[in-house]
Amino acid sequence: MRHSHSKLWIAGALVYIFLYIPLAIVVIYSFNDSKLNTEWVGFTLSWYEALFNNKEMLIAVCNSLIIAISSSFGATILGTMAGLAIHRYKLRVLSILFFAPIAMPEILLGVSLLLFFLQVLNLTLGMVSIIIAHTTFCIGFVAIIVKSRLQDMDESIFESARDLGASSWQCFHLVTLPLIMPAMIAGALMSFTLSIDDFIITFFTKGVGDPILPIQIYTMIKVAVTPEVNAISTLLMLLTLFTIIIGIKLSSSFLYVRKNNEST
Amino acid sequence: MALLEIRGVTRCFGNFIAVNNISISIETGEFFTLLGPSGCGKTTLLRMIAGFDLPDSGQILLDGKDMVGMPSEKRPIHTVFQTYALFPHMTVSDNVAFPLKIAGKKLDEIRSRVIKTLDDVRLFNLGNRFPHELSGGQRQRVALARGLISRPRLLLLDEPLGALDLKLREEMQIELINLQKETGIAFVFVTHSQNEALTLSHRIVVMNQGGVEQIDTPSKIYNFPRNRFVADFLGKINIMDAQVLEIIPPYLRLLIPELGQVVIPNKEGVKIGDKGFMAIRPEQMRIMIYSEEVNSKNHFSGQIKSLLYAGDVTTYVVEFSNGTRVEILLPNSAPREIKRFEIGDLVVIVWESDVGLFLND
Repeated sequence: MRHSHSKLWIAGALVYIFLYIPLAIVVIYSFNDSKLNTEWVGFTLSWYEALFNNKEMLIAVCNSLIIAISSSFGATILGTMAGLAIHRYKLRVLSILFFAPIAMPEILLGVSLLLFFLQVLNLTLGMVSIIIAHTTFCIGFVAIIVKSRLQDMDESIFESARDLGASSWQCFHLVTLPLIMPAMIAGALMSFTLSIDDFIITFFTKGVGDPILPIQIYTMIKVAVTPEVNAISTLLMLLTLFTIIIGIKLSSSFLYVRKNNEST
Repeated sequence: MALLEIRGVTRCFGNFIAVNNISISIETGEFFTLLGPSGCGKTTLLRMIAGFDLPDSGQILLDGKDMVGMPSEKRPIHTVFQTYALFPHMTVSDNVAFPLKIAGKKLDEIRSRVIKTLDDVRLFNLGNRFPHELSGGQRQRVALARGLISRPRLLLLDEPLGALDLKLREEMQIELINLQKETGIAFVFVTHSQNEALTLSHRIVVMNQGGVEQIDTPSKIYNFPRNRFVADFLGKINIMDAQVLEIIPPYLRLLIPELGQVVIPNKEGVKIGDKGFMAIRPEQMRIMIYSEEVNSKNHFSGQIKSLLYAGDVTTYVVEFSNGTRVEILLPNSAPREIKRFEIGDLVVIVWESDVGLFLND
């Protein structure tokens, strides 16, 4: 018994090492006082300093944040509406239509969005086209989260609101909305993290002028993996981690809703 | 005029007829119960009264006005759901206040009515709790308070006691009776438990396969079931094939192929030669020792096959010489008068001619 347990522990540890060693190396070398990623010389913050003096990089971060915030906002509203509709009308086709883009190869989505923007909409590629593109692929994620939340809820809660005199709008904003809020927040945060590090779709739908973070990083790597790239990657990692923690905190503060459902 | 009148209501789901041409009228202040096995259409009927579902044909009238096209939020009818359906993100007070807030009442009025209604259901200091912090019985009370606070014309209760344990269920039964009496609001109660139906109701409708089997007071339904289904569904009963041999008012003489001839009370509309069933409740028969002198017309000898001791009563299963079995219920309260029997005892089963019932179908 004990023996097989320790084997499991070792296997588990290996998986975690495999997952986190590369990330750890990036973080460690971002503080390395050497231009090369090969040996540890000494601790420095100069790469972070360089990063904050790199105007191009700062603009890229700013652009990426604008895109991530606007597209996660749009995706949350549209995705919530989609989730509600899918739950309400129980149409298979409807849910497949929304969830298919999640499984679709990103490159396909990128090419089709590019063609759509250029040939159908006649849009000049830029921030707007990227925001629309990111919104598009995030809707499905939000819809899935909102829909599963609704599925967990006792349907009679909503019937009960109507029964007690609430109009459909009152039922929505007094009962439905507060109950799906955690799912909406989770969906928004997920969209944010998906958007901020998306490369392929951004690559296809970006214009000439505006630098975007993942693409900016890629451009820098083309020359060499500099410690500056490590530094920005570390910051990106921190931002994502922070987002996830907020997400977990927020949804656990709404956890009583689920608990209540389970025991009734 | 009846408070609620259901006229020839039918509801189908595909090929399945959930409710089949049902007509019922419910009076003001009545505690009315829809009783039947699961799938009999009672919940479907309730949902149509509430406005969650519409009949395919027929009418549902409240105070003589057809409610077709009136959405559930406009109906002065509230529902207490089986799952209670409390709003999990609101406190007890906010849950109970919900119907008044929606109706746009003033805050002062809402506050005082919430306090009064919570007192009515004996939830004195729990206003600030959330539903998940309450026990099942307390949640049940919140749901009741929320349903009653805006004084609807009708309160629908969909198996509200189903999730509670036995002791709590009995307590809640008494409280339901009191609440109904105090408020004077008509209750329509759905249950599959015959016990609950008999205890609570002024009148019961027994439903089966989407149709009405019988509408009557609890004692009528229990003592004079209209057919075999009702007899069997409410309480325990022994049922045997029977044929009418002779009508000697106020009695009937029946031939029971499994036993012989018996005499039971006459029933209107019965003709000589009618085939049907004889039904007799376990508590209507007595057990006597084999050697005792028996004066009663109905007596048959048999043997105790098994017994089920339940504290206050014991149920004996007695087998007659031809293999037919009946159940007999004897109280254990008077040990000196009534002898206890053991498995294997030879006994005589006796019942008076003023009990038992002939059923045509």
